[in-house]
Amino acid sequence: MKEGKPRLLLGNEACVEGAIAAGLKFFAGYPITPSTEIAELCAQYLPQVGGKFIQMEDEIASMAAVCGASLAGVKSMTATSGPGFSLKQENIGFAVQAEIPCVVVDVQRVGPSTGMPTSAAQGDVMQSRWGTHGDHEIVVLSPSSVLEAYTLTVTAFNIAEELRTPVILLMDEMVGHLREKVILPDRSELMVKARPKPDLPPGQYKPYADYGDPAKVAPLAAFGEGYRFHVTGLTHGEDGFPTNNPDVGARQIKRISEKIASRKKDLPQPEELFTDDAEVFVFAFGGTARSAKKAVRDARAMGLKAGLIRAITVWPFLEEPLLRAKAKKPKAVIVPEMNLGQIILPVKRVMGDACPVIGINKVGGRYIEPDEILDAIKEAILGGSAS
Amino acid sequence: MALPLEKYLRVGKLPHIWCPGCGHGIITQAIIRAIDELGLDTQKTVVVSGIGCSSRAPGYMNFDTLHTTHGRAIAFATGIKMANPELKVIVITGDGDAAAIGGNHLIHAARRNIGLTVICFNNNIYGMTSGQYSPLTPTGSYASTAPYGMVERPFDLCELVKGAGGTFVARSTAYHARHLTNVIKDALKYDGFAFVDALSQCPTYFGRRNRLRTPMDMLNWMRDHAVSASSWEKMSPEEREGKFPIGVLVNQPSRELTKVYGEILAQARKEAGANA
Repeated sequence: MKEGKPRLLLGNEACVEGAIAAGLKFFAGYPITPSTEIAELCAQYLPQVGGKFIQMEDEIASMAAVCGASLAGVKSMTATSGPGFSLKQENIGFAVQAEIPCVVVDVQRVGPSTGMPTSAAQGDVMQSRWGTHGDHEIVVLSPSSVLEAYTLTVTAFNIAEELRTPVILLMDEMVGHLREKVILPDRSELMVKARPKPDLPPGQYKPYADYGDPAKVAPLAAFGEGYRFHVTGLTHGEDGFPTNNPDVGARQIKRISEKIASRKKDLPQPEELFTDDAEVFVFAFGGTARSAKKAVRDARAMGLKAGLIRAITVWPFLEEPLLRAKAKKPKAVIVPEMNLGQIILPVKRVMGDACPVIGINKVGGRYIEPDEILDAIKEAILGGSAS
Repeated sequence: MALPLEKYLRVGKLPHIWCPGCGHGIITQAIIRAIDELGLDTQKTVVVSGIGCSSRAPGYMNFDTLHTTHGRAIAFATGIKMANPELKVIVITGDGDAAAIGGNHLIHAARRNIGLTVICFNNNIYGMTSGQYSPLTPTGSYASTAPYGMVERPFDLCELVKGAGGTFVARSTAYHARHLTNVIKDALKYDGFAFVDALSQCPTYFGRRNRLRTPMDMLNWMRDHAVSASSWEKMSPEEREGKFPIGVLVNQPSRELTKVYGEILAQARKEAGANA
């Protein structure tokens, strides 16, 4: 498409262009606001690059078809919003267990239930982490801008293919429906990872090999390549066949978590702004981080030492910048999020009693404005004299 | 002595989990025989299943095999077929898997006419969970969740798929093993969505509760109640009472979905090239 030139793009549109740049060849979806543009644009663009689009009969089927297509060897994606994300969870768990690479976009809207379909929220933070049953780590990335919706979609595919796992792109209506001027990077500058191929002949190939090093993941053969292997949601051994051996089962369950936990350093690290000498930290992600950034800059203009930590990888929770903040004995950490307090929970866990952790929480679709965060910064630094 | 069909089986994964007298082995063998007689490329054949007793069959079959979530085998298979139309994709499912939790996927795959061969191991009961009623349990029959007799009306799966636009629909039974093999061969040869309702017996959880105590009682019941499709056509409604037709019931070829989509791909690429 048109890299290198300024363009006015929608966040959802940038996500699709990023996916195609990353090599997306299969999309299955079901219409749901505010993610529908992603399906519509995939229907339009994918056939032009030899990819396939299908609108399935429901959200569950979409997630199932994505798993099937990925096992047939192509990069696959689906997109949805909160209610559809809930319906997909069982098959997202299947992809985790069977180690099927894929990307699942959740453009968050106000819930619970049907909620406010056209309004923004960040209420799926915990659903993205804990929506499936059983124990496993999962990678969740959240863009804050239209450009990042593009670049992070590419990153999501790279992580999914390398670690053989579903990756959740946790967007919100703010970013999904934001139109912004962007200059997309040239394709030659993008790092796009191809799916690793098995280097062993079919007789010796173990689709779920345990190398003793959790960071090393067995390559995934494609159906139809002659490997004739078995894939199941049942707990399985290295050969992919079900087992009731508790030791084999425990090892498999731990391995699929550790392959992600052991790679935290390779995931997108938080963006930090003015954190070196900050007295108050704002911790934010997604669309809300845009307001947080403005608030921190405004505070600096007033001589207040505020800093921003913006999570790009939401899960696994990357603690390192907060631990550095904690060592500085800050006056407060402020956590704005468009929910009743979700990402604040791991922030509180990391900060412990070191300082107050203050939530700014808004639900019902109104954005958190920079001044609301600025007021909290002032209050934390200046105390009662803020007003 | 080597089994003649051994190359299609993962012998090391046997014995299977099915109860003595279960009909699923007969149907699995019919599928394998059909594959063998047609000479399908084992490297390009994928077998997909959902959850339940029947859905364990692919684990014993030496192909690329996928044991999915409950009810969703057809949806997973749809992704495989769309991504690589060169593959022969066979779905093994049960009556609960295909008609209850997965009913939506069954009717939509039939409507789309996507090239999948769906074989439903229909024992009209949930065997894996020990005998709850399914949408195929006959009215009045007993099940662990129908202790006073089944009060609901069952589906006729072939009529359901036909009603959803299915272009190839067939039925056979575990009793009619050779006939079943031939019907599956026809389904595998068919270019489009092919559905086979393969009646199976569950002596453990259906027969014992319903005065069909032995596997042979259940197989004989199939023999006594099945009527060939050609005879069925000539029968009056009164004569049809309590009977069911077997054979190919619908065969109305229509263009297969991935072939139609292939034409879209060619057109979209041409237009994209013209606009570049």
